[in-house]
Amino acid sequence: MKIFLNDDVHEVGPGTLAAALDSLGYGDRKIATAVNGRFVAAAARPRTTLVDGDRIEVVAPMQGG
Amino acid sequence: MASFYGIDLKSRLLLGTARYPSPAVLERAIKASSAEVVTVSLRRESGTGRAGQSFWSFIQSLGLKVLPNTAGCHSVKEAVTTAHMARELFDTKWIKLEVIGDADTLQPDVFGLVEAARILCEEGFEVFPYTTEDLVVADRLVEAGCKVLMPWGAPIGSARGLNNVYGLRSLRAHFPDIPLVVDAGLGVPSHAAAAMELGYDAVLLNTAVAEAGDPVEMARAFALATEAGRAAYLARPMEPRDMAVPSTPVIGKAALGD
Repeated sequence: MKIFLNDDVHEVGPGTLAAALDSLGYGDRKIATAVNGRFVAAAARPRTTLVDGDRIEVVAPMQGG
Repeated sequence: MASFYGIDLKSRLLLGTARYPSPAVLERAIKASSAEVVTVSLRRESGTGRAGQSFWSFIQSLGLKVLPNTAGCHSVKEAVTTAHMARELFDTKWIKLEVIGDADTLQPDVFGLVEAARILCEEGFEVFPYTTEDLVVADRLVEAGCKVLMPWGAPIGSARGLNNVYGLRSLRAHFPDIPLVVDAGLGVPSHAAAAMELGYDAVLLNTAVAEAGDPVEMARAFALATEAGRAAYLARPMEPRDMAVPSTPVIGKAALGD
């Protein structure tokens, strides 16, 4: 199925957000996530099932003012 | 000593971490500023990117208090979701809440700001709202649960200083017990000193240091000015007056005229 991660299209198999992030190289990195505009805590990623067309945001720490 | 949500700080200068020429300059500038709080943000990262991880390691190595922001958010929903992400990423209840209302001036959408502040305060966040000097908005933010207010001096990154000194003085007078921080728009150390002389508890700046010709020296200069302004406030400056008053006593002056 197709998902959008930070606006880029990715083809992933059916599964959870945690599995998708792992397959896309995030591993155990320091990131925060949202699916379709809703925050998904790290602890909830393994039980968050993705469906075709989901829009995922992945952010990391960055410089800020 | 400044106190924000029960955290006491010796330094009254909060420093942003963006736009520095290099991480090494940023580190030296932070040290020169004596800041105990640095602001940070969060941005998208790809599966192959490592910028976020290295920045996180750098921030952790500083051992400072971190104040994440919701910079770039133009809606309540965006700001609230970003705050949730920031809380998890940085492991802090502190959030510098920005809900931007105008793309040119980056001035706060104060209506959205109050709404987002209410949601986040109810959820246990400790909110530092980036606001204007408007008293009624400030009242609403305090009602929403904010225990710190951060009015702008001038538009973010503009280096214009304190655009509305009367408004800032008025805000200080209306909220004698709420920690107030001038956030944004400062350009030179005298702007920071002026804010502190008004009785503000602290200043928050970024671009004025990061984009100076020598950020490390400018950080040091801002630290000195912030401290000087605070000392001047505590020393109770004299009132301005319209007419001259000779500082040298006239009694006993030699009579040398014709």
